[in-house]
Amino acid sequence: MQELINRIKELLADGTVARALGWRAGDLPYNPEPAYFETAESLQDFVYNGFCGANLSKYMIEASKLEGRTLVCLKPCDTYSFNQLLKEHRVDREKAYIIGVGCKGKLDIEKIRQQGIKGIQSISGAELTDEGETLTIQTIYGEKTCAYKDAMLERCHVCKGKEHKIYDELIGESKDTKDAERFAEVERIEAMTPEEKFAFFRSELSKCIRCNACRNVCPACSCRKCVFDSVKFDSSQKANVDSFEEKMFHVIRAFHVAGRCTDCGECSRVCPQGIPLHLFNRKFIKDIDELYGEYQAGEDAEAIAPLTSFTFDDAEPSIVGKRG
Amino acid sequence: MYKIARENLPALFRRIAADQELYLPVKVSGQVNFGAWTEDAQVDLDTLKSVKSPKDAFFPQSENLYTVVKEGKKLSVHPEKLKDQKFVVFGMKACDVKGLEVLDRVFLSDPVDTFYAARREHGTVVAMACHEPEESCFCKVFGVDCAEPSADVAVWMVEDVLYWKALTAKGEELTKTAEELLEDADAQEEAKLETEKAAIREIVEKLPYSNLSLEGWNGDALSEKFDSPLWETLYKPCLACGTCTFVCPTCQCYDIKDYDTGHGVQRYRCWDSCMYSDFTMMAHGNNRTSQMQRFRQRFMHKLVYFPANNDGMYSCVGCGRCVEKCPAALNIVKVIKKFAEDSADKAGGEQ
Amino acid sequence: MSIEAKNEFKPKIVAFCCNWCSYAGADLAGSSRLTYPADVKIIRVPCSCRVNPMFILRAFEKGADGVILCGCHPGDCHYSTGNYYARRRMTLLFSMLDYLGVENGRTRVEWVSAAEGVKFSQTMNEFVEKIYSLGENVRLGDLRCRN
Repeated sequence: MQELINRIKELLADGTVARALGWRAGDLPYNPEPAYFETAESLQDFVYNGFCGANLSKYMIEASKLEGRTLVCLKPCDTYSFNQLLKEHRVDREKAYIIGVGCKGKLDIEKIRQQGIKGIQSISGAELTDEGETLTIQTIYGEKTCAYKDAMLERCHVCKGKEHKIYDELIGESKDTKDAERFAEVERIEAMTPEEKFAFFRSELSKCIRCNACRNVCPACSCRKCVFDSVKFDSSQKANVDSFEEKMFHVIRAFHVAGRCTDCGECSRVCPQGIPLHLFNRKFIKDIDELYGEYQAGEDAEAIAPLTSFTFDDAEPSIVGKRG
Repeated sequence: MYKIARENLPALFRRIAADQELYLPVKVSGQVNFGAWTEDAQVDLDTLKSVKSPKDAFFPQSENLYTVVKEGKKLSVHPEKLKDQKFVVFGMKACDVKGLEVLDRVFLSDPVDTFYAARREHGTVVAMACHEPEESCFCKVFGVDCAEPSADVAVWMVEDVLYWKALTAKGEELTKTAEELLEDADAQEEAKLETEKAAIREIVEKLPYSNLSLEGWNGDALSEKFDSPLWETLYKPCLACGTCTFVCPTCQCYDIKDYDTGHGVQRYRCWDSCMYSDFTMMAHGNNRTSQMQRFRQRFMHKLVYFPANNDGMYSCVGCGRCVEKCPAALNIVKVIKKFAEDSADKAGGEQ
Repeated sequence: MSIEAKNEFKPKIVAFCCNWCSYAGADLAGSSRLTYPADVKIIRVPCSCRVNPMFILRAFEKGADGVILCGCHPGDCHYSTGNYYARRRMTLLFSMLDYLGVENGRTRVEWVSAAEGVKFSQTMNEFVEKIYSLGENVRLGDLRCRN
């Protein structure tokens, strides 16, 4: 982390960048917040550890409108989102100075809480330099331990790899944390009967409070005005009257980002109700892979997206019933 | 003081639910929220905080106000019936109960909100003490004692025995309903309960936020706080989602909307969030045009405007839900601390 | 709606028809005196590609029991390629609906040219029959639109 801070100081000092976008230490061990740093002094609060899960590429949309270049710290998976935004002309490459930061898998405080750990005072083992595989957590109710792997975000278990797809320089080492199949959960649902599928999604979506966190955090949801913010639309925004609305919202949202979603997992990370929202996006990704050839959004900034192209012999929609 | 063994709680719930609706913390797909009791509901009294606050029981996220039905050229209006049946909310925490006091100020003062008033009148609140408060809790700052909740009935869970103490007439009535299942607690047990309360208060002292100072936040601080340059940096990470407002036990803003049913109109109200771009939108447009202004609104409302209009009562109860749930790790505590730091810096500079 | 009327299931079916082929196909079916059930309500769209996935969901929300999209045959699009895009979109949407547990016979895409009045009428008859067999759509509608 010190190496990173020093480098940011240098770049701020020599005028290469006007500001840096990173994370500011929180007041609890696990809540650093995305923040801009403009001076060397302000960097004393800079932090980069296992709890810096937030994908900063979306903040670059706003940063691209500012005067001067913005340094941004991107983890390997965040660079996919940046590429995708670049392809859609939502961020300005010239306005960004990307430091690819190392990542050994990010942590999910909810996963720690689910293990019954509460009253957290401090957490050690979450630094990038920590070699251990365990988190040691001091709580009001005594010392607890938790395997790093068991506290990782869902997305890190299906890590896309430790390679940064776009950067100006790299600082820190990364680790491939993949230990599960990306489409395993989707396949599990596909194998259910229609009744089971319906019951599963009804139960998950019944928790939705329409806070729009999934939409607002999503780097692919970059419309200036969302269709669900239209006042002319009678099942829009915050309304939560009928279970249909959540279904509509999540299906349409997933569809709007189909072929553009890099599977960064931010939607599932931020959902206050723990709805596995990535299951919607991943279903589209799986279908696209199977029907139109493998495609990873954000792999580069040029490839044509699957929903803005076609071939003459694409499958007919009736394939859905036939696949069984 | 009465008691009931933990394993008999399902019987107690069944008894209460026999003649009225019962809402309590229920786990659905891994998350605990308040919901109606049913035989197969997975009741969870051990999770400290439900994701959404239980304010839903009195002020639902969405409720119909009236329905207009069109038949030919005739329109008929059917007002929604007010709550006229008794119900019980079991397992609210001291902070959530305090949250109701805040809502009462808003909805029960003139003009009275009849939907809310009817629910308050028919609802009996059974509040549970917090035996293992968490690091995100700061109810003490707002004068809440989580060891001694004040509701219609207060309950404590000590060593798998639930202690039950009715505090109001409504509480007495509920106690009578469940009489055959409740046993008397003896003096020794009452003493044990006192020890437990002391232990809870001791833990509360150790919580990182318990000594948070609200100095400078009051109804008179309006222009000083409103014009502070700090908001410009504080709001930056905010994603403009409504998580903080929708999990909050005191947020009371709502929107009224119409839904076209194809054969009429359903007029309903639903929670609104000051974080949303269409919050308080009027014909002329919006009176808050930037996210900074919207972000400021939330905290100014809780810590300045509300106390200014309600004898100094803050509209935050320190439940800590926003601390746990904000996707960008922002929260009211960070705001309060930042202002305190800033004024300390200024004071330091003057010396 | 009275209780008696509810007992007999009358499906509501929405057919989005492309202006250039399928809508003309429906016209031809009519002028050729071919029949198809009155349960089908046609909505004319400039191209099958105009149909946003939201249109389909909105139709279900407001009480449709089945939604069918008809466009020009691949290769015949008035705008050259619109129906190719529509084909990808609808395939993904239908697959998602299937994933959510919605019976997959409720949605269908059929390519019908302006000369295929017979095909139009046959398709609609088939589709309506299918919806009759599936019964009322209870998984995708908004309850407020029901009573």
